[in-house]
Amino acid sequence: MAQTIKKRRRDEIIAVALKLFSEKGFYVTTIPDIAERVGMSVGNFYNYFTSKDVLAKKLVIYISEYLGEQIRNINDSDATTEEKIYAIVSMYFDMANERPEMIEYFLRVYLSNREVFAEGCEGMICVSSFVTEMMIFFDNGVSCGELYNQEFFSAFGLFMGYLGGMVFLFGEKVLPEPLENYKVSISQNIYNALKNRQ
Amino acid sequence: MHLKTDSKPTLLWLQGVTCNGNTHSFLNLSSLVDLLASYELLYHPSLPSLQTFENVSTCKFKCDIVVFEGTFDPLLQLNNISVHRILKHYVQSAKYVIAAGSCASFGGMFKASAPERNSGLIFNEMLQEGPLLYCKEKVINLSGCPIHPEWLGYTLSMILEGEEIILDSYHRPVELYSYLAHHGCTRNEYFEWKIDSKMFGEKEGCLYYEQGCRAPMTHASCNKILWNEISSKTRSGMPCFGCTEPDFPRADFFTTKTNMSIPEDVPLGVSKRSYLTVAGIAKTFHIKRLEGKLIDYKRTD
Repeated sequence: MAQTIKKRRRDEIIAVALKLFSEKGFYVTTIPDIAERVGMSVGNFYNYFTSKDVLAKKLVIYISEYLGEQIRNINDSDATTEEKIYAIVSMYFDMANERPEMIEYFLRVYLSNREVFAEGCEGMICVSSFVTEMMIFFDNGVSCGELYNQEFFSAFGLFMGYLGGMVFLFGEKVLPEPLENYKVSISQNIYNALKNRQ
Repeated sequence: MHLKTDSKPTLLWLQGVTCNGNTHSFLNLSSLVDLLASYELLYHPSLPSLQTFENVSTCKFKCDIVVFEGTFDPLLQLNNISVHRILKHYVQSAKYVIAAGSCASFGGMFKASAPERNSGLIFNEMLQEGPLLYCKEKVINLSGCPIHPEWLGYTLSMILEGEEIILDSYHRPVELYSYLAHHGCTRNEYFEWKIDSKMFGEKEGCLYYEQGCRAPMTHASCNKILWNEISSKTRSGMPCFGCTEPDFPRADFFTTKTNMSIPEDVPLGVSKRSYLTVAGIAKTFHIKRLEGKLIDYKRTD
């Protein structure tokens, strides 16, 4: 029972911290801000996370694991690679709509404050769940002959950079259409860019 | 099935379609003289024998052990007599048939000379198929291109001592083939940290990522029982070609097949997902000691 309560409180901290960090920024947000919003004392907060930096890294792992799990389900399905691209784009855009703080945190905190993540989150350490699933996706796509065999990061950058860019524009409210309306065209563009032409 | 007898067992070495590589390899066995002193050598193409091949091919003798080297071609004739007929005759009396090398075990390199009809003795690549399938319990496959001399030495010694030889699903002795060529490789630290070797013949770097090394997927004790008691291919800077496996020879020996930089084949028994997770994290770290020549690290000028 005590463990369940503790897990629930921990999840609440994660949810609140994601919102505050992505709205106000990493440095402006303080531990008292987070503790107050969760409804706990600052002292009690430290029973869950020993510092703001530790929490920041945990949030990246949390997002990566969430994304990884979603993509893993898509990878394990019987869909074609073209269908899987649509499923990944769709999942990503839905997440940007329903839980924008997840993407915002990734783009505005993780990628913009590298000094916070320099130790303990180097390279793929904190994003391994997500990147591994993208590797599996590309590997399967090439194995079944649907995708062109090229260097991993060339394909990964094209795919995720494109999605990240669109979500950024969405966040800045410069897209004339709802994000939903771009799912088909963007999936098609990604597929056309990566497909095997031989 | 034991062969412990008071008299010396008789050994016959027959050849199918072969380059003689297994014969040559066997000659490098350090204990060859002692081992052969315990056998009556009915015939061997390169060693002093009791009979000539002409005599042996008339199928008038018996033997306890047949060693067969080379791919089995049902149309091959030697001394105008079908090798199939000679083999069948001697296998009748033999208690053991040793398929020496990958050609005799699975078809190997020389299967390519007539792929539609050539095979190993009881396997055609991965399929159970071949001229001795009816007596497969006698057959011990010692795959390798060529055979490791110590593996044949071990098998003949075990037979001599009447010891049981436990076989894997491809009829290879588990004592020799349950290991991977990766076990004992001196490059394992580079494999752990995912550091590639950029050139052949270097002491540093792992050959799995770019140079086509199949050691993590290949059943062979090459890095446990060293060749000529000294070295192995991977130790000297050449990739393992996976020559003990039924799918040998594969194409592009010196290139690792990758899909978007991801190795198509990952270490045996490891899921690709697990491998990529560990590999991605390991690659993040930069180990200064492993980045240059080992002898140059913290060297006194």
